Amino acid sequence: MNIPLEVMLQLSIILPMIAVAGIVATGRNPNLREAVTIGTSLVLFYFVIMLYQGIEQGQSISVQWWEILPGLQLSFNIEALGMIFALIASFLWFITTIYAIGYMRGHDEQNQTRFYACFAIAIGSVMGIAFAANLFTLFIFYEVLTLSTYPLVTHAGTKDAKRGGRIYLGILLSTSIVFFLLAIIGTWFVAGTLDFKQGGVFASDVNTTVAGAILVLFIFGIGKAAIMPFHRWLPAAMVAPTPVSALLHAVAVVKAGVFTILKVCTLIFGLDLLAVLPSTQFMLYLAGATVLLASLVAMRQDNLKARLAYSTVSQLGYVTIGALLATSSGVIGGSMHIGMHAFSKITLFFCAGAILVAAHKTKISEMHGIGRQMPITMVAFLIATLSIIGVPPTGGTWSKWFLLMGTLETEQWIIMAVLIISSLLNIAYLLPIPFHAFFSGDKIASSGNVIKEAPLASLIALCITTVGCVVLFIYPQSLYELAAAILKTPGIIYGN
Amino acid sequence: MLAHLPILQVIVPLLAAPLCLFLTRSRLVWLFALIASGFSFIISILLLQQVMASGTIIYELGGWDAPWGIEYRIDQLNALLLLIISAISTVVLFSAHTSIEKEIPADRHSLFYILYLLSLAGMLGIVATADAFNVFVFLEISSLSAYALIALGKDRRALWASYQYLIMGTIGATFILIGIGLMYQMTGTLNMYDLSQRLPEVENTRTVFTAFAFVIVGVCLKLALFPLHLWLPNAYAYAPSIVTAFFAATATKVAVYLLIRFTFSVFGLSFSFTALPLQMLFVVLGVAGVFVASFAAIYQTNVKHLFAYSSVAQIGYMIVGFSVSTTTGLMATLLHLFNHALMKSALFLALAAVVYRIGSVQLSQFHGLGRQMPFTMAAIVVGGLSLIGVPLTVGFVSKWYLVLATIENGWWPVTVLILLGSLLAIVYVWRIVEAAYFKPPVTGSENIKEAPLSFLIPVWSLVIANIYFGIDTRLSVQVAQAASQSLFGVSP
Repeated sequence: MNIPLEVMLQLSIILPMIAVAGIVATGRNPNLREAVTIGTSLVLFYFVIMLYQGIEQGQSISVQWWEILPGLQLSFNIEALGMIFALIASFLWFITTIYAIGYMRGHDEQNQTRFYACFAIAIGSVMGIAFAANLFTLFIFYEVLTLSTYPLVTHAGTKDAKRGGRIYLGILLSTSIVFFLLAIIGTWFVAGTLDFKQGGVFASDVNTTVAGAILVLFIFGIGKAAIMPFHRWLPAAMVAPTPVSALLHAVAVVKAGVFTILKVCTLIFGLDLLAVLPSTQFMLYLAGATVLLASLVAMRQDNLKARLAYSTVSQLGYVTIGALLATSSGVIGGSMHIGMHAFSKITLFFCAGAILVAAHKTKISEMHGIGRQMPITMVAFLIATLSIIGVPPTGGTWSKWFLLMGTLETEQWIIMAVLIISSLLNIAYLLPIPFHAFFSGDKIASSGNVIKEAPLASLIALCITTVGCVVLFIYPQSLYELAAAILKTPGIIYGN
Repeated sequence: MLAHLPILQVIVPLLAAPLCLFLTRSRLVWLFALIASGFSFIISILLLQQVMASGTIIYELGGWDAPWGIEYRIDQLNALLLLIISAISTVVLFSAHTSIEKEIPADRHSLFYILYLLSLAGMLGIVATADAFNVFVFLEISSLSAYALIALGKDRRALWASYQYLIMGTIGATFILIGIGLMYQMTGTLNMYDLSQRLPEVENTRTVFTAFAFVIVGVCLKLALFPLHLWLPNAYAYAPSIVTAFFAATATKVAVYLLIRFTFSVFGLSFSFTALPLQMLFVVLGVAGVFVASFAAIYQTNVKHLFAYSSVAQIGYMIVGFSVSTTTGLMATLLHLFNHALMKSALFLALAAVVYRIGSVQLSQFHGLGRQMPFTMAAIVVGGLSLIGVPLTVGFVSKWYLVLATIENGWWPVTVLILLGSLLAIVYVWRIVEAAYFKPPVTGSENIKEAPLSFLIPVWSLVIANIYFGIDTRLSVQVAQAASQSLFGVSP
C-alpha cells in the first residue's frame, strides 16, 4: 500500500469512527462484528507504525482540517510525545480486543455491539488527542472521549453502574468545563495562540502570577490525570467491564490526562517558564501527595479492581511529577512511564478479569491459593507487579530511574523521598496478592471447586502484555529515543 | 420583485392567515401554511445574502419618504433574526399536522394554523420594521395570537397559563407603548433612525429617562428576564407541543432583538449605558437568572417545565453577553440567539414526539424510552449536550465567545459563574438521560413505538444543524460579527 502519511494520519482518527458503522451493521453476527473490530485495530496499528517510521526519518507530518472559530483550527501534527501515546494506545487496542472477545463471551455480557462501537469511538478520539496540533483540537477530542466512554462505564445498566457513571461524568465534565476550558480561553487571551510550540507559547515577559494561575487551572482541569481531589472518578469507573477498565482506565483515558499535562507543560508553558512559575512547586507537592495518599488508600481495598484503580491514581501522579519537575530527565521519565505503566497495569487488569471470568472472584482475600489453578495468570500478575514497583527485569525500572534522576537534578528531595516511599508501598499492596496466590493455604482446592484458566483468547492477550513488560526492559531504546525527542525541535529529531 | 422582499417577508404569512379559513380540510391548511412559512424562509435567505453583500436595505412602505411613511430597514441584525424565525417556523410546521392531530380537536385545526401564521407575521414584522409604533402593532399581533395559541393546549391549566401570560404580556406591551408615546412627545417622530438623531438633543430630560425605563422594563417582561420570567414556564409547559417548539425558539429572541435595537440603535450606546446602571443591573440579573432558573430546572418533574426553566437560564446568558457591552459580548449574545433557537426547537420538537406517543412529558413516564424511542431520545441527548456546551455542538460556540467577552473585560468572577452555570445544565439534562436509559419501562407501556417520520425528519434536521453549526461556524460567526460591529459603529 502506498498511502501518503498525511492521509494515514487522518485515517488513524477517522478509521475507528468508520468502524463504528461496520460494527453496528454486523451487530447480529458476533463473529463478523469482532472480525471488523480486530481488522480495524490491526489496520490502525499498521498506520501508526508507518507514521512512526515517517517521523523517524525526520518527516514532519501535519494536517489541517478547517477553522471552527476564527483562529481556532482543527489540525493535527505528529510529534514524539503524541507518537508514544498513539503507539501504545493502538497496539493495546488490538490486544484488548482479543482479550475482550474471550472475556465478554465468557461472561455473557449484554449489549456487546454497543460495547464495541463505543470502544471504537473512544480509540478514535484517543488518536485525535495524541495527534492534536493545538489545545483546541485536543480539548474537543478530550470531551468526545469522556462522552464516548460514559456508556462503557455504565454498561451493566445497574444502580451501581448509574452511580459510578454519575461520578465519572460529573467529575470529568465539570473539571473540563470549569477549569480546563477556562485555562484554554485564558491561554488564548494571554498568548493569542493555542498551537503547541517547542519552548511554549507565552511571551518571555508574561505575568507569572497569571501564568501560574493558568497552570493551576490546567492541572485541576485535566481531570483525567486524576490529581487529588479530582481522582474519585477513576475508582468509580471500575463498575465497567474489565476490558474497559484495562484499556481505558489503565491506559487510554488516564494516559490522555497525563499526556495532556505533559504536553501543556512542555509545549504550552515550556520548561523554562514552568520552572519559574510560583505555582509549580505547589502543584508538585500536590502530585506527590496524590502519589502517597492513593497508595495508602489502595492498601485498604479488598476489591482487586478498586486496589488497581487507586494504584493507577498513584502511578499517574508519577507522570505529573515528571512534567512539573521542569527538567528534561523528568519529561523523559514521565513520558516513558506512560508506556511502562500502560503495559504493566493493563496486564494486572487482564489478570483481574481472568480471575473474575474463570473463578468469579473479585475480592483479594478470596484469592489465596488461586495460583495453583491459574498459574499462567498469576505469573503474569507477578511480573506486572514487579514492573509497577520498578525492579528489573521489567520496564518500570527505566521510567523510575529517569524520574529519580529528575528529582536529583532539581534537588527536589521531598519528591525524591515520595517516589522511594511509593515504591515501598507498591510492594506492600501489590506483591502480597501473587504471594498468597502461590504460597498461602489452599482454600480453593480444598473447597472442591475446579477452576480452570480463563478463556484462551484472554490468556493469549495477557501473555502478550506480560512479555511486553519484559521486552521494554531489554529494548527500551525506541521508547527512550522518542521520549528524548520531545524537547527537540521537530524535523531534526534523530539527526543530532 | 426583489426590491419588495422586506415587505413580502411579512405580508405573505399575514395574508395567508385569513386565507386558511377558506381551506376546510386540515391537511390542506397545513400544506398551505407550510408553503407560506417556507416562502418567508426563502425570502429571509435572500435578504441575508443581499445584506451581507451590499449593506443595509431600506424599504419605504407605499413609497412614502421616511419620517412620514413607515420604513423597513434590514441590516445584519434583523436579517439574522428573520432567518432564525422563519427557518424554525418552517421546520416546526413540518411536524405540526401529526402533532396537533392528538392535541387539538379537529374543528380547531384551521384556527390553529391561522393563529400560527399571524404570530409568525407579527414576529417577522417586529423585526423588519424601523418604525417604533409599528413595532408595537406587530407586537400585539404576535402576542394576541400567542395567547390564543397557548390556550389551545389540551391540559385545562393551559387556560390559566395563557391568562397569566396575557396579563404579563399586556403590561409589557403597554409599558413599551408608554415609552414610545413619551419619545414621540419629545421628538415628534416614530421612525427609529429619526429618533436616534433627535433623542440626543433632549436626552437630559426626565421624560426621555422615563421613556427609556418604560421601554426597557416592558421589553424585559417580554423576554422573560429573571425575575420577570414567571409567565414563561407554565406557558411553555401547557401550550400545544408544536406551539412550544415554535415559541421557545423564537418569541423571547424577538424580545432580545428589541432590547438590542432600542438600546443600541434608538437611544444610542452612550446614553443607554450611562443613563441607567444598565450594565450592572443586567449582569447581576443575568447571572442570577442563570442560577435560579437552572436550579429550578433541576427540580422539575415535567420535562417541558424543565426545559422552559432552562430557557430562562439561557436568556440569562444572552443578557450577560449584552451587559458586557463590547463587540465580543454582543457577538456572544447574537450567537447564542441563533444557537439557542436551534437547541430548543430540537428539544421541544422531540418532546412533541414524546407527547404524540405517550401523551405525557412527566419524567416518570420517560423510563425506558431510550430503548423504545431510540432516535427521539438520542435527539434529546444531543440537544442536551448542546445545551451544556460540549464542543462540536453550537452551545460550545456561544459559550466560547461569552467567556472570551467576560475575560476581555476582566470580569473573572462572572466567567467562573458562567462556567459553573453550565454544570447545572449537566445535572438537569442527565436526569432525563438516566430516566430514559437506566430505568425499566413503566408497566403497561411496553408497546411504545418510535415516533413517526414526520417528527423524526424535522427533529433530526435540527439536531444535525446543532452539530453542523458547531463545526462550521462561518455563517453564524460572520453574521453575528458583522451585526455586532455595525451596531457599535465599527467598520469591519
